[in-house]
Amino acid sequence: MNILYDERVDGALPNVDKNLLLQALRTQWPDLEVLHQKEELKPYECDGLSAYRTTPMLVVLPRDIAQVQGVLRICHEMRVPVVARGAGTGLSGGALPLEKGVLLVMARFNNILHIDPAARTARVQPGVRNLAISQAAAPFGLYYAPDPSSQIACSIGGNVAENAGGVHCLKYGLTVHNVLKVDILTVEGEHLSLGSHALDSPGFDLLALFTGSEGMLGVITEVTVKLLPKPQTAKVLLAAFDSVEKAGRAVGDIIAAGIIPGGLEMMDNLAIRAAEDFIHAGYPVDAEAILLCELDGVEADVADDCERVRAVLLQAGATELRQAKDEAERVRFWAGRKNAFPAVGRLSPDYYCMDGTIPRRELPGVLHAIAELSNEYGLRVANVFHAGDGNMHPLILFDANQPGELERAETLGGKILELCVKVGGSITGEHGVGREKINQMCAQFNSDELTVFHAVKAAFDPGGLLNPGKNIPTLHRCAEFGALHVHGGQLPFPELERF
Amino acid sequence: MGSPDDFDDSALLLKQVNQALDNATPLRIQGSDSKAFLGRTLAGEILDTRSHRGIVSYDPTELVITARCGTLLSELAEVLDAAQQMLPCEPPSFGERATVGGMIACGLSGPRRPWSGSVRDFVLGTRVITGQGKLLRFGGEVMKNVAGYDLSRLMAGSFGCLGVITEVSLKVLPKPRQTLSISLDMDSEHALRQLAEWGQQPLPISAACHDGERLHLRLEGGEGSVAAAHERLGGERLDGMYWDDLNEHRLSFFDEDQPLWRLSVPNNTPRLSLPGRQLIDWGGAQRWLKSDAEATFIRKVVEEVGGHVTCFSHGLTDTPFQPLPRALMRYHRSLKQQLDPQGIFNPGRLYAEL
Repeated sequence: MNILYDERVDGALPNVDKNLLLQALRTQWPDLEVLHQKEELKPYECDGLSAYRTTPMLVVLPRDIAQVQGVLRICHEMRVPVVARGAGTGLSGGALPLEKGVLLVMARFNNILHIDPAARTARVQPGVRNLAISQAAAPFGLYYAPDPSSQIACSIGGNVAENAGGVHCLKYGLTVHNVLKVDILTVEGEHLSLGSHALDSPGFDLLALFTGSEGMLGVITEVTVKLLPKPQTAKVLLAAFDSVEKAGRAVGDIIAAGIIPGGLEMMDNLAIRAAEDFIHAGYPVDAEAILLCELDGVEADVADDCERVRAVLLQAGATELRQAKDEAERVRFWAGRKNAFPAVGRLSPDYYCMDGTIPRRELPGVLHAIAELSNEYGLRVANVFHAGDGNMHPLILFDANQPGELERAETLGGKILELCVKVGGSITGEHGVGREKINQMCAQFNSDELTVFHAVKAAFDPGGLLNPGKNIPTLHRCAEFGALHVHGGQLPFPELERF
Repeated sequence: MGSPDDFDDSALLLKQVNQALDNATPLRIQGSDSKAFLGRTLAGEILDTRSHRGIVSYDPTELVITARCGTLLSELAEVLDAAQQMLPCEPPSFGERATVGGMIACGLSGPRRPWSGSVRDFVLGTRVITGQGKLLRFGGEVMKNVAGYDLSRLMAGSFGCLGVITEVSLKVLPKPRQTLSISLDMDSEHALRQLAEWGQQPLPISAACHDGERLHLRLEGGEGSVAAAHERLGGERLDGMYWDDLNEHRLSFFDEDQPLWRLSVPNNTPRLSLPGRQLIDWGGAQRWLKSDAEATFIRKVVEEVGGHVTCFSHGLTDTPFQPLPRALMRYHRSLKQQLDPQGIFNPGRLYAEL
């Protein structure tokens, strides 16, 4: 099934005259920057998931909130779908435009409005980059904890929309645990504040509901995040194993010892070699798996924890154990991991990144099944794993210029996600459903559950104008997806006709 | 299975909800009724959730526990304790028979909340009987899951107004290796200033309360950090039971006859000028007030500092929860209408309009 918006299964979109819309925007908001020519629209045709591209009808680049409100009101009145976009680094096509829609780019809202060290909060505009918040808070000894690998580029508005994670989630939580308040505009352009500068607010927890809602319920115009004092120290241990099973078990053993590491990452041999070739992090390239375990906090506790973890890792059969001897080596150990995606990208013209989560105990079985699928589909898979919280990132290597390889990669990816669901996990831990995993939503949720999701959407956007086609599949799409599965068996291969 | 503490009664609950839907009978969802004092008075037929009880799964190395709604909070705590783990948000019981379902529905958190997170922060998944009369699952048993809307965290603190929570999966954590409670002699203004300063430093504080006279702190972490913090901060040793007594409102402060108000404010809010007595918890972010002052007056003062007020004395006001701005209420109603179109789940418990 085609991943791009398909009105037949995703629902009809209103037909809007581009020129009329352009005229309305220009008349009412003469200072608003609107892109409408083909060559101007091109850079916006995809987000971080570049395999899927659609040219938007128009791109608007507002500079103040009144303009955003104005755009939403006009679009609501003229029934034009609106897709909000931050930095465009998302990996699930959450900001993939629509031919019949406006792309609302929020990247220019990049001001840090206020850092309040005594309250330990930062109030920022949605286009502020994740890392910029920590940089602005650094003079006060504070930082913003969630650190997705794209943190130098991704914006906080997008982080909230996707409930972004990172390598420190197990200890410090996801975006939802680190945001105090968001200001949004509804599809009608009405302003709402969700959450507050206190630790809770009256009524339903709409802040939790909006976090991770992928731009389907409102447009984020301001975010207040919680800041934490920087840990006094952080140490990283690198352990090598001769089997991924042993490495997986070691993760459980660390937790069983009562230790919650700041970060706990695992890479398999293909990922290790790719990262080592690229970054020269000093990884042992003959290991079947490595674990990176970061322990952070107060000096005395960290030293204690390091001793405990060393003992656990050796007991678990680590063939080699190293502790970063200084900050430079610690950064290098992490650089290998944080650059694992581009590193794997050097092995192959294209790669496709999965984001499933599983209960950790299922890891050996799931990795085994992924290896089998990899053989079956004739595509290599490198595994990078947020081991502490069960979030896997299998990277499927393929060449889009070879006929049928993209489709094969997609199918293999779909199988991996369905496997995650089968063992009690989820199709996405931190990248979001977006457009990419829209079909796999049908595997994770039944039609009654999807109906409830549609009801939630209807409460905020009854006309379905905000980011249509993302996050929640129509029942129609799931019916066809289910049919494909039943009839397919070995499906779908490129020679077969698609729905 | 078969033990009196473990019984899957979801089929009966589902049947009762479907009957209520058929007859358009409003339901009053009830566990042990330990928190019935919170919120507006409810009419409606009682839906007793206590028969659906028991811990469904718990694997300490996965840091996840799944329990049915009627499970006693005390049982949950015991099971976790045996594995040296805990639910870090310390939900208060307000009664020995408090249930897991009520804990989620009320969403109240204890002294560790500012440092650990709230009840909703530990919710990973729920099973819910919906307004369409279906028993559905949202979220799951994994730490990270961003598929679909986050309905399970939305259930926390919804006071049963969006559906019947039948089961919940919670993230749990190992207990800290070391705990030490201390008490320092300082007035409340000084304490608030100190807390704001300490908050910017990596100190192992996990509870901070000022009772009007002294600042009470709990230190938690490894042996080294707790010892170092104790040496730096000084103070007298305090019995750790203090935090339970605070959490369960057993301190003498809560004994007085005057109405009890909960003020939720930004943590660095200076001492609030209000008639009556105040107790500062959550390192400044939660203030308890014993006062005869008018609700509207208390709300006005607290709203001005960006906070909100809940009345913890039942029946005193028709709006125990802070009234919502009009636009926000409109979307609350819209959500309630979508998820509970017949309005059978605890109608009016939170607000008359919901």
